[in-house]
Amino acid sequence: MPANRFNGHSDYGIGIGLRVPHYAHILSKKPVVDWFEIISENFMVEGGRPLELLDRILEQYRVVQHGVSMYFGSADRPDRTHLRRLKALVKRTKTPWLSDHLCWGSVDGTYTHDLLPMPYTFAAARRTAEKIRQIRDYLEIPICVENVSSYAEFHASEMTEWEFLTEVVELADCGILLDVNNIYVSSKNHGFNPYDYVNNVPHHRVGQMHIAGHTKFEKYILDTHDHPVLDPVWKLYAHATRLCGITATLLEWDDKIPSFDEVHGEALKANEFIDGAKRAAV
Amino acid sequence: MKPPPKHAPPRIGSTADLRSFQRMMATAIVRPLTSGDGLQSRWIDGRPMERVAAEFIKPNDRLTSFERLQLYNRMYWFRLFDAIRDDCPGLLAALGERAFSRLAQAYLERCPSRSFTLRNLSSRLERFILDEPRLTAPRTALAAEIARFEWAQTVAFDGEARPVITPAHFARTPPSRLRLGLQPYVTLLRLRYPIDTYVIAVKRRDALRSEASNTRGASAAVHRAFRRVARPRARRTLVAVHRHNNRLFYKRLEPAAFRILEALAAGRTLSRAIAEAGPGVRPDQVKAWFKVWMTLGWFCAFGNKGRRTAS
Repeated sequence: MPANRFNGHSDYGIGIGLRVPHYAHILSKKPVVDWFEIISENFMVEGGRPLELLDRILEQYRVVQHGVSMYFGSADRPDRTHLRRLKALVKRTKTPWLSDHLCWGSVDGTYTHDLLPMPYTFAAARRTAEKIRQIRDYLEIPICVENVSSYAEFHASEMTEWEFLTEVVELADCGILLDVNNIYVSSKNHGFNPYDYVNNVPHHRVGQMHIAGHTKFEKYILDTHDHPVLDPVWKLYAHATRLCGITATLLEWDDKIPSFDEVHGEALKANEFIDGAKRAAV
Repeated sequence: MKPPPKHAPPRIGSTADLRSFQRMMATAIVRPLTSGDGLQSRWIDGRPMERVAAEFIKPNDRLTSFERLQLYNRMYWFRLFDAIRDDCPGLLAALGERAFSRLAQAYLERCPSRSFTLRNLSSRLERFILDEPRLTAPRTALAAEIARFEWAQTVAFDGEARPVITPAHFARTPPSRLRLGLQPYVTLLRLRYPIDTYVIAVKRRDALRSEASNTRGASAAVHRAFRRVARPRARRTLVAVHRHNNRLFYKRLEPAAFRILEALAAGRTLSRAIAEAGPGVRPDQVKAWFKVWMTLGWFCAFGNKGRRTAS
C-alpha cells in the first residue's frame, strides 16, 4: 500500500526529521533525501529565520508536517489560534498529510508540553474522534494519528491500547502513523506482546510509520530518540511492513544528533526490510 | 487550571469525566518536585500520594503507581527547566545556578505554560520578577532588565515582519499627518544597565565553555576559568533589539534618536516625533538616523500592535 487516502495518495519513501544541526549541511550539500518531516510548532511563527529556512528547504525537498501539541485526546476544545496558524503552515508546505499524537497534554488551557497517555475508554475515543474530525475538516487535509510511548496505564481503561487506537481511527475515519518504536517501548513498560498490537490495528489505515531509538533503564524503557534503531524494533518494522505494505517511513533522531550522513544512513536501513517485504509479496 | 476533583473518576463515561481525570493527572504532574527530584509524598489535601496515585494509575511488576506518576512529574519539570535555561542564559549567569533555579520553579508554578509552544514560556518572566522581588533581591532591577532583554531577543528572532514603508509613502504624506509603525520584531529598551554587552559576554563565555568541554581531558581549571562574567554596573543604556537579514542585532541609540522612535511607536505624527527629539538635534542628524532606520526596514504602517517601548 504505497499510497492511500490517509497520506493524500502520496508515494513517499524514507525520510528523516529536519533538525537544526543539519541545516547547514542540507542547504550547502543538497543531499538526496526522499522527504523531510518538520515539527509543525517550530515553524508556526510569524517571521524570521525559521520561515526563511523552511522556504529554502521547500524549494528543494518534499516536507511532511508532524505536530506535538494538537492533543487530540484533551477534553478541551481545539484552540482556534493554534488551528489558524497550523492551516497557514499547511498552505505554505503543501504537506500531503499531517500527523499528531493520540494523547492529551493540556487541560483548561494549561500546557504540560508532554504526550500523555489516554485512558482507553469508549467515551474518550468518541471525544477524541470528534476532535480529529473537526480539525481535519478545518485543515482540509488527511490526518494520521500516532500511537505514543507510555509509562503509565489507568484503572479506568476499558480496552487495550490497540483497540483504543482502532476505535478512534474508525470513528474519525482517519489514518494511523504507526510508530513501531513506541509500540516496542510501551510493550516492555506494560508487558504486552508488540506483535499483538501490530497484528490488530487496521492496516489499510496506516499512512506513515516512525522508527527510532530508545534507552533501557533497570525498570522501564524511555523513548529517547537518541540512538540508532535497535534490532527488535527493526524486526517489528519488518513485520508491520509485511502487513501494511510499503509505507512512508521516518527515522526520528532528536537528541545527541550525529552527522547528517549517519542519521540518513540509519534511516536508509529501512530499505532492507522494505525489499524483504517486496520479495515476500512476489 | 481549575482545581482537580477530590478523587479521580473511577469510570470515564463522558467528556466531563475525561476532563476531571485530566485535571487530576495534570495537577499531579505540574506540582513541584521535592529537593531530591521526586514526586511529593502528600497530595494537595494531605493524603499520602501513594494512595492517590493508586486510585487511577495501575502499578506493574516493576513500578508502583507512585513511581509511574513520578516519571511524568520529573519529565515535566526537567523539560521546562531546560527550556527556560535555554531562553535565559544571561539571567542564569547573573543570578547563579541556585537563585535561578528557585526563580524558575516559582515562576513556572505561578505562570505555567498557556501556549502550545515553549517559545512563549518566558514571556511573563519580567513581570513575575518585579512582582516577587524577594526571589532576586538584591538584584531585582538587573534581573528584570535581563528578562526583558532576553524576551525581546525571542521576539526579534521570529516575530512578525510587516510590509516596509517605502520612500514613496513618505513623499506622499505630509509629516504633520504621517504616522509610522515600528516593525513588531523591533523592541526599544530603556535600560539602567548595559544588558546588551553583558548578554554578548555571557554568550561568548558559554560558547567557549562548550568548546572546552568538548575537548577530551579538559581540566577543572579550564572550566573554572569560564565560570563568571562580571555583572554589569549601572549605566543608562538605550537599545533596539531587532533583526536584519534574519540575524539578531542590538543597536545602541542616542537619547534623541530613541525619543523619536519611542514617539513614533506611541502613534505621534512624524513632525511631532521629531519635535520630541529636543532642541539640540540638527536636521542632518535626524536625516542620517532615518536613513539607517529605513535601510534596516524598521518602519511599517502604524497599526494596532501598541507600544513597542519597554522602560
